[in-house]
Amino acid sequence: MNRILSLKWIKALLFLLCLSPLAWLVWQGFHQGLGANPIEKITHTTGDSTLTFLLITLSITPLRKLLDQPAWIRFRRMLGLFAFFYGFLHFLTYLVLDQFFDFPGIVKDVAKRPFITAGFTGFVLLIPLAITSTAGWIRRLGGKRWQMLHRLIYLTAIAGVVHYYWLVKSDVTKPVRYGAVLAFLLVCRIAIHLQGKFTRVSPSRYPQSLSTTEIS
Amino acid sequence: MLIQRGASFRSSEITPKSVYLSRRKFLAGTTVAGAMLLAGRPSWETALASPQAGHGRKLSGLVKSPFSTDEKINSFNDVTHYNNFYEFGTDKEQPATLAKNFKTYPWTVAVEGDVGKPGVYDIDKILKLAPLEERIYRHRCVEAWSIVVPWIGFPLNVLIHLVEPASKAKFVAFQTLYDPKQMPHGRYAGIPFPYVEGLRMDEAMHPLALLCVGMYGEVLPNQNGAPLRLVVPWKYGFKSIKSIVKIRFQEKQPPTTWNLSAPNEYGFYSNVNPKVDHPRWTQASERRLGEIFKRKTLPFNGYADQVAQLYTGMDLKKNY
Repeated sequence: MNRILSLKWIKALLFLLCLSPLAWLVWQGFHQGLGANPIEKITHTTGDSTLTFLLITLSITPLRKLLDQPAWIRFRRMLGLFAFFYGFLHFLTYLVLDQFFDFPGIVKDVAKRPFITAGFTGFVLLIPLAITSTAGWIRRLGGKRWQMLHRLIYLTAIAGVVHYYWLVKSDVTKPVRYGAVLAFLLVCRIAIHLQGKFTRVSPSRYPQSLSTTEIS
Repeated sequence: MLIQRGASFRSSEITPKSVYLSRRKFLAGTTVAGAMLLAGRPSWETALASPQAGHGRKLSGLVKSPFSTDEKINSFNDVTHYNNFYEFGTDKEQPATLAKNFKTYPWTVAVEGDVGKPGVYDIDKILKLAPLEERIYRHRCVEAWSIVVPWIGFPLNVLIHLVEPASKAKFVAFQTLYDPKQMPHGRYAGIPFPYVEGLRMDEAMHPLALLCVGMYGEVLPNQNGAPLRLVVPWKYGFKSIKSIVKIRFQEKQPPTTWNLSAPNEYGFYSNVNPKVDHPRWTQASERRLGEIFKRKTLPFNGYADQVAQLYTGMDLKKNY
């Protein structure tokens, strides 16, 4: 498994796969496939993709630690950046297509509507993570501080699920589904943390601090 | 008056649907056969196109209404594939598929409560209570989107007159069919069923309140509330209850589904009001389906001249 994961073209393939939600939107857009309310469809698709990529990104650490397959780490930055990419598209859809740069309206929305406050907060918290995702920034901040900063993704994921939960009118099935996966992933982290506390792990297998090669 | 029209025929005089359906089939068949003869070859396209896929029985002899707007009508496809009918799923596209086999015939409506003529009324009889009118109304959803639809029906007050409500009846309560066997997705809706709605008597008697049996020149598609629904154009869409099986006249204000589900978000009146925000979004503007830019929402959805007087002296911020 680790051998397969290390193949160069696997990452390229994954990159293309990550673009599929956008490709689907563009294709549907050109084929009258976005339905009666295309702006809403674009908003929902980019929002769903953001949450999905946040959860996929968060599943990398449990995958590599619980399954003992460190090679998964080479996809994490790309997946995280795709979460930001779809979050940015989601925000852009709201800003341009939904509100059409109605800044007073947007300020009112962010301040008054809890679900928009939550979503906006989640998006803003992702911006520093996207900026500091480069090897240079990891060096500048130092592994420990960089890691601390990037724990903000937990807050973003929680804010994202809350944003969705507060937005739906009555059928909470989908937001609860995202919430359940997120809760599971967070519990995994607690389990990993406890495991690290009670058993002595050799540093070679479970590196405590991140080096640049791991995240590239 | 109109009441006489209702009583001027016996139910035995009504053509059973099976008969007129077979007559239609026969007529359609002869047309197709004729077309085939003329074309000199079997034309499957012609044969399959009648009736057109996704379209129901045509309604004819429609009377034009002065209440119609001249705004651009939304496409049939948009109006039939963007529905809030939670018994058939909470995604907008779901009802179009999940209501496909919804059985809307035979259909009866129970009239109960403080009325002189309670009883179970057959849909065939209801269809003939008054001449069918086409009314092109704006329809504004509480979710801040809107459409323009050519509904078909007659004023609700025709039926109300017919059943002779007692003077103590101050409200009319409506109920949608809930059949979990036909509506298995209803259990995920997150709102209690059967769906119930209500109007104050003077609202129900208002000539704009339409008892609707069709749209776009044909009977209502299942996902749009077949075979009988309400259309109250000055209120948010959820007040226009679909697939009605019960109408009850009563003294007390009846419970309404969305109000039961989230009382701080949906009131009993739910008049379209740009000044009263839904707690989670503004009601000041709306997106007309098919348009990119939002438009300003009008008080009472643009029907203020006709209905505002129903609410004089009422604080509409409190009675949202």
